[in-house]
Amino acid sequence: MSAASVPAHGSSPDSDVSHKTVLEAPDIRRALTRIAHEILERTKGGRDIVLLGIPTRGVTLAARLAARIAEVEGEPIPQGSLDVTMYRDDLRLRPARALGRTELPPEGVDDRVVVLVDDVLYSGRTVRAALDALNDLGRPRAVQLATLVDRGHRELPIRADYVGKNLPTSAREKVKVLLAEIDGRDAVVLEVPK
Amino acid sequence: MKRHLISAADLTRDDALLILDTAEELSRIADRPIKKLPTLRGRTVVNLFFEDSTRTRISFEAAAKRLSADVINFSAKGSSVSKGESLKDTALTLEAMGADGVVIRHNASGAPHRLAGWVRGSVVNAGDGTHEHPTQALLDAYTMRRRLGDLDGRRVTIVGDILHSRVARSNVLLLNTLGADVTLVAPPTLFPVAVDTWPCEVAYDFDAVLPKSDVVMMLRVQQERMSDAFFPTVREYSRRYGLDARRLSALPEHAIVMHPGPMNRGVEIAAEVADSPRSTIVEQVANGVTVRMAVLYLLLGGSEPAIGGAARDGGDAARDGGDVSRGGAIRDRGDVSRGGDAIRNGGDASRREDA
Repeated sequence: MSAASVPAHGSSPDSDVSHKTVLEAPDIRRALTRIAHEILERTKGGRDIVLLGIPTRGVTLAARLAARIAEVEGEPIPQGSLDVTMYRDDLRLRPARALGRTELPPEGVDDRVVVLVDDVLYSGRTVRAALDALNDLGRPRAVQLATLVDRGHRELPIRADYVGKNLPTSAREKVKVLLAEIDGRDAVVLEVPK
Repeated sequence: MKRHLISAADLTRDDALLILDTAEELSRIADRPIKKLPTLRGRTVVNLFFEDSTRTRISFEAAAKRLSADVINFSAKGSSVSKGESLKDTALTLEAMGADGVVIRHNASGAPHRLAGWVRGSVVNAGDGTHEHPTQALLDAYTMRRRLGDLDGRRVTIVGDILHSRVARSNVLLLNTLGADVTLVAPPTLFPVAVDTWPCEVAYDFDAVLPKSDVVMMLRVQQERMSDAFFPTVREYSRRYGLDARRLSALPEHAIVMHPGPMNRGVEIAAEVADSPRSTIVEQVANGVTVRMAVLYLLLGGSEPAIGGAARDGGDAARDGGDVSRGGAIRDRGDVSRGGDAIRNGGDASRREDA
């Protein structure tokens, strides 16, 4: 479940929602650094991996992870983006929406370890759509999932391999991930309706 | 609310840009091993073609199939239309079959508009008489944007048989929405009566316009109509309004040459110009599939269409569709009133451009 975009400032004038910042910029930095190391460990030095971000914020996170892995290993690793809009199971519940970009690195995904990167893991439906989308692009040797926030409430048998922060939430709450490249600052904000 | 794509004027600037952006993303699947998306699985698209067409019908069919829709092709030949069935009865048949989208080409201007009032699905106009051909305008705009970037302030010159051209009308409306400046060039006999009310410039001297054009779009002159006295001879027309190598060299360096097809080499366009790297004619055909995928996705993909205009009531039909009753193909012609201030389509609907 991707977080919708919110204004860069944390608190909205809207008084029936309270905003609680769950992760600050340094927390996000540390979480991504840890995930980068975990990916390297689990994939034996990042051999044959491809990082694919799910638009919009997943792509930014994938780019940051790729940069961190490159710092540690000294070699750039392939990354790209995977738009899942056309594969969603809730397309018919909402008006058709604009598409994100799918861009594979020149190496492709065949026979590689694909690490999907998203900002928030919620129902698991976005990841299911991503697996379908990936299926039409090639045949990876394995697919793993990295997410900055896992907020629970799964509706499908899907789990993340790398998690920045487990965040127990109620379904009424909203989790918003803000990233400097898109929103002007780094933060994870929990919106609680009063 | 059910929405349709009947006229290029149905599209706001945001709608048009959404279609072009969506097409841009969809163009990438043409390079993939599996050129198919599951998006319209279980939806039915009917291609209702009352008029001959190769390009457009195949293009719509490919677009619908790449989105996994079920496609039913209907052509007037070999159907009950040849037994005298009316458009309305054909529409009710489609309705009974549960078509989610109907793509219609008809020789009567205004037929898609009438159809939109009869069926629940979204109607896409694939060319009606001498009225409009909005998806052609969209693919032309898409092709221009890919070659030249943003269309704002671009100068587009459309040359040829404007009078009978649905492509010209749709292009003028859409390009105007997108901020381009359009100039129409033709002999005075080949302009519609009310062309001065169109949002574009009108010129008679092709050579004077050439250096100020970013895009030159050539329209077909139908040789089957040459007996009509629209201009003295084909040679004279070609000399004054044809795009040959000399005129090509008078264009700015970056300018592109377009043609909606089918073209008559040696009449409106010289063979060497049609095959030059500045010609986008083959590209336009490929882009057609992508743009039509975007239109079908945005109309049929969600809970409600994301683009297009709502069906208007019958009172608007005359203004919108022009002379439906003159086309003769719609049998219940009493339904369509002819508005006094109608934009004249300028000709018998059966004389149309084939693009």
